[in-house]
Amino acid sequence: MGIIYFDNSATTKPHREVIDEVAECMENHFANPSSAHRLGLDAEKKVKVARERVARLIGSSPEHIIFTSGGSEANNTAIRGVVSPGDHIITSKIEHPSVMKTMQFLEKEGCEVSYIGVDSRGIINMEELKGAIKENTKLVSIMHVNNETGTIQPIYDIVKAVKEKNKRAKIHTDCVQSAGKIKIDVEKLGIDMASLSAHKIHGPKGVGALYIRENQALRPLIYGGGQEMDLRSGTENVPGISGFGLAAKMISDDMEGKIKHVNEVKSHFIDRISEIDGAVVNSPADDFHLGNILNISFLGVKGEVLLHALEDYDIFVSTGSACSARRAHKNYVLPAIGLKPCYVESAVRFSFSYLNTIDEVDYTIEKLKTILSFLRRIKK
Amino acid sequence: MKRLLIKYSSEISLKGLNRGSFENLLIHNIKKAIGNSANVIKDYGRMYIDIDGDSDDEVSEMVKKICKVFGVLSVGVADVVEKDIIKIGECASAQLKCMPDVKTFKVVTKRGDKKFPLNSMQISSKVGAIVLDNVPSIKVDIHNPELIINVEVRDNAYVYLKEYKAQAGMPYRSAGKGILLLSGGIDSPVAGYMMAKRGLEIVAVYYHSHPYTSERAKQKVIDLASKLSEYTGSIKLYVVPFTKIQMDIIEKCREDELTIIMRRFMMAIAGRIAKKEGALSLVTGESLGQVASQTLESMYVTDKVVDMPVFRPLVGMDKIEIMDISRRIGTYDISILPYEDCCTIFVPKHPKTKPRLSDVESSEKALDKENLINDAVENSEIIKLGENGEQIISKM
Repeated sequence: MGIIYFDNSATTKPHREVIDEVAECMENHFANPSSAHRLGLDAEKKVKVARERVARLIGSSPEHIIFTSGGSEANNTAIRGVVSPGDHIITSKIEHPSVMKTMQFLEKEGCEVSYIGVDSRGIINMEELKGAIKENTKLVSIMHVNNETGTIQPIYDIVKAVKEKNKRAKIHTDCVQSAGKIKIDVEKLGIDMASLSAHKIHGPKGVGALYIRENQALRPLIYGGGQEMDLRSGTENVPGISGFGLAAKMISDDMEGKIKHVNEVKSHFIDRISEIDGAVVNSPADDFHLGNILNISFLGVKGEVLLHALEDYDIFVSTGSACSARRAHKNYVLPAIGLKPCYVESAVRFSFSYLNTIDEVDYTIEKLKTILSFLRRIKK
Repeated sequence: MKRLLIKYSSEISLKGLNRGSFENLLIHNIKKAIGNSANVIKDYGRMYIDIDGDSDDEVSEMVKKICKVFGVLSVGVADVVEKDIIKIGECASAQLKCMPDVKTFKVVTKRGDKKFPLNSMQISSKVGAIVLDNVPSIKVDIHNPELIINVEVRDNAYVYLKEYKAQAGMPYRSAGKGILLLSGGIDSPVAGYMMAKRGLEIVAVYYHSHPYTSERAKQKVIDLASKLSEYTGSIKLYVVPFTKIQMDIIEKCREDELTIIMRRFMMAIAGRIAKKEGALSLVTGESLGQVASQTLESMYVTDKVVDMPVFRPLVGMDKIEIMDISRRIGTYDISILPYEDCCTIFVPKHPKTKPRLSDVESSEKALDKENLINDAVENSEIIKLGENGEQIISKM
């Protein structure tokens, strides 16, 4: 069966075309885009095309896009570039660590941060949000799609609620998990900033982007040669950026077809998981959850043990909690949607790309049955 | 001329007829550490390496490596001069002039060549006088000097300021072979280090419970073993598949005896590997009373499955003392990575702290011990670690 890669929310396998594009740029478009000669111009063109493609992915235009080293840098730039000590910030309890840890850092620097809770689906508590907005609320940062549960936030409603109470508050949205997975139109949503990452859409690692609406007074994190409209200095990562552009274009082609396929994969998985006892779906197939992410608790089994057992069959998945990650960290997202510890410990995330197939799901279900009957031999 | 002056343990120089073989082994180990082309010159109680052609960086790299060779007490980077008191004094002055911040010094002399007309005290005082004449605004301080000038009169005269402390101990492989039960924790690498320091050749064994422990846990043990190999030159690691044994114990034995029976299997497997490797001992990182499996009663019951000495160099040490050594030898930062113990399934809620041999033996009757042990040993993965990185000798 080959490798079954169900860890696409961690990262995706780069497209062959993307790899070729990255190599091509390194080989033949290696000049510094800032150089005055024609080779410089040639490299600059690569970046220009990529900027257009990335902009198109989120319904924006190139002058609003700056390239970064990835989603984490985009999140850091958006947040730290806007607030100052004394400001109030609103965020959710289920943000990515690159937002969460930045908020914790800013609290120490003298900002006040409100962490808004979520309901059992993972959707932000709108009344709590409205109640938290204050006169000095400088920034609201709420992710579009959560990386563990796939919950889709009603960004449009959030923007409306915030702007109604405080027109000057800026709204940032981490779109790392949503871009290329659902239609995004930043103009219509009315958000001020959005973070993107290339490697979640079959692009290269080490490159991402921040969408910035006009009239933003943003302080850069990195000072230097003034690249990226003075907002992100450093010689452009031309191969990465160009690969990102191509990946953005490829994921945009027939996006509806891709979305439909991923939804079918997820639905089929959920249908078949009913054949397995004690499997609880934490991210159902509905309008509030992304088709790419399926989070399931297998009661009585540690998620991490199941992960390692699946490896034997070349099936690769993730767990949210666990010490298999670089550092032992407590999962905070699953408890936030109200899961009890035994459900959190036994949770496994299957995250799909449009390249996954129904056959892969069927194979995985069969293997899950085998593994679970082995692991559950021991009750404890 | 410049030379490294290597002092080695007096335990070696005090050996009788065997001294030569210990020294030769030490030379072999030093060469293995710094490259076989090195010429190590043997003198009574000292070894020298000529370093005239080497850059400062090369020399400090060499010193660092030699300092990890067991049996070496210290290394000095010495200027070699004629056995002439004036020349010795001038050499010392020149060295001191390179250190303008130093205000006080004293001279410490060792006279290996008893034919040299001045005795140690006389040499020290003469050299001190010459230095005082040559280096402005410097003083002698016998009790609390900022710097010690070391002078040794042997085949030549050696002058050096800094003496790099090494590990001491006995040459690696001078004392037979032992099988080290290496977990991923803080203690067992320290135990391995301590026995290797006494000359015991180490073969490490790690029990892998896939899927209950991850590939990263295994990698961590590999990293620990390769850290140890910085001292030993190379190390062989057995990765023993242990899941089936654990599952069988859980299914067929009493919960409170899980740990003790598991330990007995680990010892039995290590004992079997010892036979295969021609080793005559086992080494564990146990410290008396640290956890339930490390009580005297548990040790008594586990030792019954093997017929060879079980070395527990940490048995009388506190955790803090063990951690200090682990930091010093560089294993601590690897040991504290969180990949082990992800699974509590094999840890009983109330393990027996005072198991009885007869009880345990009768519980084990439910298990097909011989086959379980054979399968585990036969299906082990063997990895050799050392300067050439990871080398898989046999796969699981």
